[in-house]
Amino acid sequence: MNTYHIEIKVNGEWREAEVTATDTLLEVLRSNLDAVEVKNGCEQGDCGACTVILEGKPVNSCLVLAVQANRKEVTTVKGIGTQESPHHLQTAFVEHGAIQCGYCTPGLIVSAKALLDQNPDPTREEIREGICGNLCRCTGYTKIVEAIEDAASKK
Amino acid sequence: MKNVAYYKPQDPSELLELMQAHKTRAVLIAGGTNLIHQMRSGEKEPEVLVDISELEDLTGIKTEDSYITIGSATTIAEIAASPVIGEHCPILATAAKQLGNPLTRNRATIGGNLANASPCADTAPPLLALEAEIHITSAEGQTRTVPADKFFMDYKWTHLDKGDVMTQIVIPKPHVAAKGGHTKLGLRKAAAICVASVALMLEKEGDVVQRARIAFGSVAPKPIRAYRLEHYIEGKSIDEKLLSHCEPLLQEEISPIGDIRGSESYRRFATASIFNRNLLQAWA
Repeated sequence: MNTYHIEIKVNGEWREAEVTATDTLLEVLRSNLDAVEVKNGCEQGDCGACTVILEGKPVNSCLVLAVQANRKEVTTVKGIGTQESPHHLQTAFVEHGAIQCGYCTPGLIVSAKALLDQNPDPTREEIREGICGNLCRCTGYTKIVEAIEDAASKK
Repeated sequence: MKNVAYYKPQDPSELLELMQAHKTRAVLIAGGTNLIHQMRSGEKEPEVLVDISELEDLTGIKTEDSYITIGSATTIAEIAASPVIGEHCPILATAAKQLGNPLTRNRATIGGNLANASPCADTAPPLLALEAEIHITSAEGQTRTVPADKFFMDYKWTHLDKGDVMTQIVIPKPHVAAKGGHTKLGLRKAAAICVASVALMLEKEGDVVQRARIAFGSVAPKPIRAYRLEHYIEGKSIDEKLLSHCEPLLQEEISPIGDIRGSESYRRFATASIFNRNLLQAWA
């Protein structure tokens, strides 16, 4: 079996793994690098649960080969904020009740962070467009959009 | 999945060597948004993956006097955001902005969108209407140029042979007075798969259409140019009466199927509607 040695900077820390050519970044983050905060949803790029920031851009980690992320920088929701010191986006999600079952939340926080990094003062329409790759089956999105609006105003 | 080998060439000569060595077994990967899913489902079973996503010669948008060159591994997000594409090819920019969602656009590439050869490939109708040319290099290093219309042969079938590398998409800059139109119909406002789409370019001379280029997506086994429709409207003025004469021609050009996203009759009705709207807007 061909395997490849890769190095990925996950939330600021260089990590190493042995992977096959077809292992996805999602699989390696969860199984080899303990980054289980990255959720596995549809595995075909529809749901956005596995969203991470790769070299500054939000992507579906289920649609990136781990070997393609070699020597690159990845940010997961844990790199944005932790329980002890949450990012104001995370605080806003809690305050607005933008979380129900919570499965989509790590991906949505990552997409929202990438959106605000690029566009600190988005319109409601731009927020909806920015998170359209992240499905939430609980909230109906209204509270999520309000939380992101609120977080943008506090930045 | 099988035991797959992965190579990431650093320059065009290394890419050529790899394609020669693994000609029949090599599959190119750039963004991977189609391929990774196809490998997981078993639809594709490559033995060798050759990663072209960061080859300098295959990425980026360049503008010359009369041409715009887009590297095949240029991401859809870069095309959507490009001022050059926005200025000279707004119909391609709007199509790129509507492909998938922001997450997929950051990975998906224009070459992948074309090579996947889906009838609903979002960038195909604009490239057909813009008369883009596809540059291809074979594993033996021979280059050829294929007009976008000849590139698509049939359902999921392109001009690409084993060992071929699509290198560039070259778009002749449209005449400054040419007007474009593009509409993609999906079942929702974002992250939609195309149900029917139209892209067109129109040049007016006085009171008549001097030159028309019309393309449709998702209404035939492949993205299509509507040559008979183009010939019919060239030399004529656009009005309601002309549109009514266009309708039977348009219906002959397209051959949509009915599927989960829309029936055949809906696609026929909707295609005529978005064609009329875009033609009138480009004429006005």
